[in-house]
Amino acid sequence: MTKTAKRNCSIIGLAAIAAIIVCVGQFAPKSGSQWANLRTVLQLGTIYALVAVSMNLCNGFTGLFSLGQAGFMTLGAYTYAILTIPVASRAGVYYLYGVAGWLSNIVLPIPVALLAAGLMAALLAALIGAPVLKLKSDYLAIATLGFAEVVRIVIASSPLNRITNGSLGLTKIPGFSSYYGIFIVAVICIAVVVLLINSSYGRAFKAIRDDEVAAEAMGINLAHHKQMSFIISSFFAGIGGALMAMYMGAVSSTTFTIAVTYFILLIVVIGGMGSVTGSIISSLLVIAAREWWLRPLDQTQYIGTHQVPLLKAGFRMVVFSVILMIVVLFFRKGIMGDKEFNWDDVAKFFRAIGRFFKRLFTGQLFKKKSKTPEAGGDAK
Amino acid sequence: MDTFLQNCLNGLSIGSIYALIAIGYTMVYGILRLINFAHGDIFMMAGYFMIICMTDLLIPWYISIIIVIIATIILGVVIEKVAYKPLRDAPRMSIMISAIGVSYLLENLATYIFSAQPKSYPYDKMGFLSSKVTLGNISTTLVTFITPVLTILLVIALVILIRKTKIGMAMRAVSRDFETSQLMGVRINAVISFTFVIGSGLAALGSVLYFIPRASVYPLAGSLPGLKCFVAAVFGGIGSIPGALVGGFLIGLSETFVKGSATLSQYSDVITFVLLIIVLLVKPTGLFGEKIKEKV
Amino acid sequence: MNEAASVLHVENVTMQFGGVVAVNNLSMDVAPGGITALIGPNGAGKTTAFNCITGVYEPTNGLVTFMGEPMVRNHPAGKMKKQYLGENGDEYAALKPISPTPDSITRLGIARTFQNIRLWNSMTVFDNVLTAKHMRAKQNVFTATFRISRSEEKRMRDETTALLEEQNLLQYADDMATSLPYGLQRRLEIARALATEPKLLLLDEPAAGMNPQETQELAEFIVQTKDKYGLTVFLIEHHMDLVMKISDYIYVIDFGSEISEGVPSKVQNDQRVIDAYLGVVEHE
Repeated sequence: MTKTAKRNCSIIGLAAIAAIIVCVGQFAPKSGSQWANLRTVLQLGTIYALVAVSMNLCNGFTGLFSLGQAGFMTLGAYTYAILTIPVASRAGVYYLYGVAGWLSNIVLPIPVALLAAGLMAALLAALIGAPVLKLKSDYLAIATLGFAEVVRIVIASSPLNRITNGSLGLTKIPGFSSYYGIFIVAVICIAVVVLLINSSYGRAFKAIRDDEVAAEAMGINLAHHKQMSFIISSFFAGIGGALMAMYMGAVSSTTFTIAVTYFILLIVVIGGMGSVTGSIISSLLVIAAREWWLRPLDQTQYIGTHQVPLLKAGFRMVVFSVILMIVVLFFRKGIMGDKEFNWDDVAKFFRAIGRFFKRLFTGQLFKKKSKTPEAGGDAK
Repeated sequence: MDTFLQNCLNGLSIGSIYALIAIGYTMVYGILRLINFAHGDIFMMAGYFMIICMTDLLIPWYISIIIVIIATIILGVVIEKVAYKPLRDAPRMSIMISAIGVSYLLENLATYIFSAQPKSYPYDKMGFLSSKVTLGNISTTLVTFITPVLTILLVIALVILIRKTKIGMAMRAVSRDFETSQLMGVRINAVISFTFVIGSGLAALGSVLYFIPRASVYPLAGSLPGLKCFVAAVFGGIGSIPGALVGGFLIGLSETFVKGSATLSQYSDVITFVLLIIVLLVKPTGLFGEKIKEKV
Repeated sequence: MNEAASVLHVENVTMQFGGVVAVNNLSMDVAPGGITALIGPNGAGKTTAFNCITGVYEPTNGLVTFMGEPMVRNHPAGKMKKQYLGENGDEYAALKPISPTPDSITRLGIARTFQNIRLWNSMTVFDNVLTAKHMRAKQNVFTATFRISRSEEKRMRDETTALLEEQNLLQYADDMATSLPYGLQRRLEIARALATEPKLLLLDEPAAGMNPQETQELAEFIVQTKDKYGLTVFLIEHHMDLVMKISDYIYVIDFGSEISEGVPSKVQNDQRVIDAYLGVVEHE
C-alpha cells in the first residue's frame, strides 16, 4: 500500500473509533441494555488499555519481568482519591477516624490530582528501582510482587487511618464531569508512551530486552535505562489506578490484588508483548469478553424444564481463564506479536482471505500446486 | 517466657507447613527454573478435595487423607503435562506466564465450583488431631505439635532419597545441567513428573495441617501462603531442600512473633516481604544460594 | 614496547574464578594505528582477557590503562586475598580499585564485537546501528520523547545511513538483522561497534565460521576499516592466515599465561607456540 493510502486508512480508522465513542457517549443508556455494556466496555477497556500499555513498556519492551503493577495502581488511586474527595464529603467518608488536620481542606483539580497520582507511583518506583532491578528476572518478579503486597497492606494500616481511612477505603471519589474525560487522559498517556518507544530511548529499551550484554557494550547504561523504564511504567500505572478509582467512585486496599496484576499481564500477553496496539486491542477484547459477551454464561438457563448444565455464576471466569490458557499455550506471540498494527498486514490478511475463497470457488482448494507451469497458468 | 515459648512452638509449626510447600517450589525451580505460581493454588485445591471427601462423601479421615494426596498429585502432574511441558523450549517468561495462567484458572475454577464463600473444613471429624496437649505451661493442639516433627522426618526422608537413590541422582543431574542429562539418557519426563509428584504430595499434606486449625477454605486461600512459601524457598537458597526447611521456619517464626506483638500485628503478612527484600538486596542468591555467571 | 605510546596498556592482569586462574599475569601493549592480535588454543583465556579489559569482568588483580589514563584496576581483597594464586598481588594494593561498567568504557572510546554474534534480533539492520548512536546523543528522556531534540535524532540517522553506506550494508537497511547471511551479520556487528565512534576496536574471533574466501575478504575489510576511520585494532583470532597476514604484533597465551610475543614472523617460528597449537605452519 502506498504511504498516502495508509495515512488515509489510519485517519478513517481513528475517526471511526472516535465516532463510536461519541455515539456511545451520546446515545447509549447508562444501564439496562446491551448498549450500556458497550459503554462500560469502552470506558473500562480504555483504562485497562492504559495500564496494559504501561506494563508492556516495562515487561514487553524492556524485558523486565515486573509484577508490581497492582501496587503502583493502589498508590495512584489513593493519592488521587485523597486529593479530590470534596471537602464537604470528607467527614462522611472518614467517619470513623476523622481526617488528618493538614489534609482536611486540600482539594486539587482533577488533572493535577491525576498528575500527582502518577508522580507518587513514580516516586515509589524510583526508591525501590535501584536495588530491585539488579535482580535476576525470576527474583525481580517476586520482589515486585512482594512490594505490591507491602504497599497494599501498609496503605490500609492504622498509622495512616487519618489519611487513607485505613481498612475502610475511600468513597465519594469524583470523576470528570464529561464522559470523554477518561478517553482523553488515556489517549494522551498512551501517545506519550508511543513517542517514548519510537525515540532513541525506546530503541535502547528494546536493545536491553534483546541482548543486554550487547546493549551495555554499545554504551547503554543498564541500571539507568532499566530504572527509567520502570519509573515511567509506574507513573502511567499510577494514573491508570487513579482513573480506575475515578471510574468506580471508590477504592480500598483490596481493589488491586495480585490477581489484578495477573489479569493485566495476561491482557498484555494476549495482545503481544512488545506491541502497543496489541495491548490496546487486547484490553478492549478482553474486557468486552469478561464484562459483556461471556456474561450469559453466568446465568442459569433452561431448555424447557431442564437446566442446562455448567451454566451458573462463575462459569464466565472459568471459560475466560481457559481461553487465556489456550492463547498462552498455542498463540504465544499473542494477537500482534511484537509488531504494531499496520495497514500492510491488514491488506495481506484480506488478500489471503480472498485467495482462500477464490480457491474454494474454483474447486482448487485441495489441489496441489503443479510443479511445471501449465499452459496459460501461473507463470508471471 | 511462656508466651515466648508458645510463640516459638506456633512459629515452628506454621513454619513447617510453609516448609512443606516451599519444598515443592524449590524442587520445581531447581529442575525447570520455573516459579510454579500455581503451587499455592494446588495447595488450596487439596483443601477442597478434603472437604469433598469428608463432608460430601463421608469418607473417614484416614482414608480421605490418602485420597486427597493422590488427587493432588494427579492434579500437579496433569498441570505439568498440559501447561508446562509444551513450553519447555520456550523463553523463560512464557512458562512463567503459563504458571500464572494456571493459577488464575484454578482460582476461578474453585470460585465456580465451590463459590467464593468460605467452606468449612471438617476438622471436627478428625477428632483427636484437634485435641489439646499441654507441655508445662503451654497448651496447644496435637496437630500444632505433630507438624514440625512430621515435617523434619519428611525432609530427612527426602534428603536421603535425593542423595542415595538413583532417581535422586537423576534429579540432581537434571537440576545441574538439563541438556546434558537428557543426552546422557536420563528420562527427563519421568524425573520432572516425579518432582511434581513429591511437590504436590507434600503440598497436600501441608494443606491438611494448615486448614485444620483454620477451619475454612476459600478460593484465594492459597494465594498469599503460596507467595510466602516461595519467599521461604528463596531464603534457604532456591534449589536446596534443607534450605526450604530453614526458610520455612524463619518465616513462620518471624510472622508469629510479629503477629503476637501489640503494635505490629497488622503487619504480620508484610514482614515476610520486607525480609525478602532485605535478603535479596544483601544476598541476591538467597541465604544458601546459587551463583551462575553468564558466558559472554 | 613503550608503555607511554600505547593506546591500551595491560599490566599484570589476572582473573581468578574460585580456584581456577583463567588469565594469569597478562601484560600487553597495543600500539596506536596498528593491528595487535591475541591468539592461543581454545580455552586459553583470550575472551576472558577481553572481558577484563571491557569491564564485563572485574579482574582479580592488575591494571589497564587507555590512552595513558588508568581505566581498570583491582587487587585481591577480602576472601580473595587468601585464595589468590596469581602473581603481583600486592602491586596495586595501595591504590584505589577502579571498576567501570562496560558502557562507560565504551564511552571512553573502546568498542567490541562478540565471539557469538550478539545482534538485536527484533530490530532491523538500520536500527541496530542507530541504537549504538544513542550513547553519544545530546538529549535526555524528555527532549527525546517530546521530539525537542529532533536535530539530534536526524543527525544520528544521517550518520547511520552514511556508516551503512560505507560498509556496503545500506541495501539491507530495512531487513531484520538476523535475516542476513552470517558473513554480513559479522560486518553489521562491526559497523554497529563503529557507530559508537571508538578509538580502539576489539574484535573477538571475527572470522569464526568463515571459509577461506570470506576470511580473506574480512582481512582486507579490517585493514581498510582501520585506515578509513583511523582506529587501532586489537583482535582475538584462531584463523592463522588472517592473523599472520594483517597483524603488526602478536601475543600468544595458553592456559591463561603469555607464552610468546612478537612480530608475526617471530611468533610463527617460536617453538613454544608451535608446540602449543600451531602444529605445522604452512608457507605459501
